[in-house]
Amino acid sequence: MMSFEEPAIAVTGLRVVRGAREVLHGLSFEVPKGQITGLLGPSGCGKTTLIRAIVGVQIVAGGEVSVLGRPAGSPELRRLIGYSTQNPAIYRDLSVLENLRYFAAVLGAPKTDPARVLAEVGLEGAAHQLGGTLSGGQLSRASLAVSLLGSPRLLTLDEPTVGLDPVLRKELWELFQGLADRGVTILVSSHVMDEAARCQRLVILRDGDILADDSPAGLRARTDTVDLEQAFLRLIEERQAA
Amino acid sequence: MSATITLATARRIGGQLRNDRRTVALLVLVPTLIMILLYYVIDNELVFAQWAPVLLSIFPFLVMFLVTSIATLRERTSGTLERLMASPLAQLDLLLGYGLAFGAAAVLQVALALTVSLTWLGLDLRGELWALVLVALLNSLLGTALGLFCSAFARSEFQAVQFMPLVMFPQLLLGGIIVPRDQMATVLEWISNVLPMSYSLEAMKLAVVSGDLGFDFWRDIAVVAGSVVLALILGAATLRRRTP
Repeated sequence: MMSFEEPAIAVTGLRVVRGAREVLHGLSFEVPKGQITGLLGPSGCGKTTLIRAIVGVQIVAGGEVSVLGRPAGSPELRRLIGYSTQNPAIYRDLSVLENLRYFAAVLGAPKTDPARVLAEVGLEGAAHQLGGTLSGGQLSRASLAVSLLGSPRLLTLDEPTVGLDPVLRKELWELFQGLADRGVTILVSSHVMDEAARCQRLVILRDGDILADDSPAGLRARTDTVDLEQAFLRLIEERQAA
Repeated sequence: MSATITLATARRIGGQLRNDRRTVALLVLVPTLIMILLYYVIDNELVFAQWAPVLLSIFPFLVMFLVTSIATLRERTSGTLERLMASPLAQLDLLLGYGLAFGAAAVLQVALALTVSLTWLGLDLRGELWALVLVALLNSLLGTALGLFCSAFARSEFQAVQFMPLVMFPQLLLGGIIVPRDQMATVLEWISNVLPMSYSLEAMKLAVVSGDLGFDFWRDIAVVAGSVVLALILGAATLRRRTP
């Protein structure tokens, strides 16, 4: 799809070493613009490290990561990437609104932005609640709201829907799709396979290697399964047999 | 670096303090209470007049060192620092934001302790009031800057608080309060010469006791201010955009 356009993210030969262990073993893949790309794989497979490398906060041992046409970590990218970490990164001793106002000021986002993103994640009711008094699901939505501030061209979301009820999860995926329709590129990690069907493209990671890079339909066809969970198992069997 | 981001950061840290009433109460009241305790323990106006400036020097440093090292450690462990390092905020914005917010808290702290000392406790201030406030403020900035730097070497809050005696006690023992600096063993005097608190204690004495704001006072101020800048640069060096 739109192969004439340069990709939002281009990763070539990315290697990351943490401590004595190599966590990513020379990954190469591309993320197309204006789509939702799912980064799937079991816990500990390197999803978070890969997202950190794309955001430009991870020390890398080798390879290249290019984001929106610039090397990852370039100063110009800091306004263009919305980043939501797996552990909700908000101040627990500030209210949700105070958090949003601060990060909006740092990003130079319009004054109306905090109210907009609060509505987008459905947290208006908790605007004046301190971060420390929020439930787990509210915390992760508050953290997600921060990454929606300004007008990011790329959203990197590390497990944004963990612990949310199905209604809310559906609403958030609709929000992501709406953003993608407006041209925002979304990279979302998850270890829940049923969320994969909502992505246009899937990158499946296991033990620091890419197991598959395909569309959900392509993946089902290739592994001859209907269920993506099954497809994942099939891929692992294939890999082990080879 | 941007003034908008620096001020927003200072406002944010001020907001965090405001939401934590008990910390503010402790921050502002404890030095004053200890000053009152000291007054009644010594029970001698002349001796109290010598010790009061020492306390007014130590407190802003001590409290700001602790508060900053814990606050920045929290930023590191909660992921908010990583979020900020991925944003347009410059390292110096964060450091100056902390300096401004905690500097303002230090002014409040010193103002109350000083008001009580000068009125109720009858402290006889021979020197200039602004000189005293200047030294106290520099001390609080020094505490903030060193707290930021030390927090980079702590993995937990338990470790962070242990840095306090490590940074504090040698500076007090070698600072010329207990034994005048020129009467110490030569090696100790050398060490004392490179510790910033030796100069801030001397400056505070000059400002409060003798009121002599000549060359010595301004040299001391310059040394302490230089140490603040150095500690801020060291602190900035520990805030990395990319981490392992």
